[in-house]
Amino acid sequence: MTDALAPATRRRITSSAVGIGVATGAYGLSFGAISVASGLDALQTQALSLLMFTGGSQFALVGVLGAGGGAVAAVLTAWLLGVRNSMYALSMAPTLRVTGWRRLAAAEITIDESTAMALSHPEPVAAARHAFWSTGIAVYVLWNIGTLLGALGAAAIGDPATLGLDAAIPAAFMALLWPRLVGRSMWALAAAGASVALILTPVLRPGLPVLAAGVVALIAAALMGRRT
Amino acid sequence: MIWVAVLAGSLGCYVQKLAGYLLPHSVLENPAVRRVAGLLPVALLAALVAVQTFAVGQTLVIDARLAGLVAAVIALLLRAPFLVVVVIAAVTAAGLRAAGIAS
Repeated sequence: MTDALAPATRRRITSSAVGIGVATGAYGLSFGAISVASGLDALQTQALSLLMFTGGSQFALVGVLGAGGGAVAAVLTAWLLGVRNSMYALSMAPTLRVTGWRRLAAAEITIDESTAMALSHPEPVAAARHAFWSTGIAVYVLWNIGTLLGALGAAAIGDPATLGLDAAIPAAFMALLWPRLVGRSMWALAAAGASVALILTPVLRPGLPVLAAGVVALIAAALMGRRT
Repeated sequence: MIWVAVLAGSLGCYVQKLAGYLLPHSVLENPAVRRVAGLLPVALLAALVAVQTFAVGQTLVIDARLAGLVAAVIALLLRAPFLVVVVIAAVTAAGLRAAGIAS
């Protein structure tokens, strides 16, 4: 499948993939710790990294559960944050041309990092495929190892508030949001989403104010569609 | 209840990924669908930042988490990697609490 690729190019892509995997694994540590601090046990935390395997949705699910938002709001928030992965899969499909079990495996590792690496190596197609698979696999393995260490570490130490783990949660969401705040309209949308969620916090059950911000995004999409 | 959320959430997120490989391109290439997919994460993540910083249940409070968030933003402006950002926020909040400056 990737036999057309020069060994030097192949090695260069693999080493970038491992680098991205190590960086993501470090962030898996914080996911593991935050998940346990939010009230999930180590097994549930690991199951999320093994099965859900998409950072934003995983942080959202444990964040909403930890805030007392209930399972329905937690699952809906995770799903809404996962919608972008459909777009990634769509953009990868013509490059990967996978069928059968390979398609099932490719779907699981279709995330921000693997898609970005494949898109940054468009030519030849063998390079894009190698970038996708090597990055996806490296991130999957190291994200799960990071999660395990973080979860066991947080389970071993006591109260999350004394360690400031409750403050790590909004910081993690801010770090996920930061690269998306490009241009005035994205800042405006972020401000609107945050404001709506805060205004509704005293009147709605925990978890629902965040979903209301999803409605703000739908309204923004409709307005932008009418303008163009 | 947590297991239900973990498994249902995971199944849905996997189906979303698989859908991109299975659905006809016309559905996901619809401009409206692409726009919604791009805007949803911004609004949701911003709401999560706000709620996780200020909410305790249904009450809004200002505590050490806000100082942690400010420290995180400074770290992001200095292009710190993800783990550093998160650790700086935690250390800031824990430090202020230990010093008795914030709750």
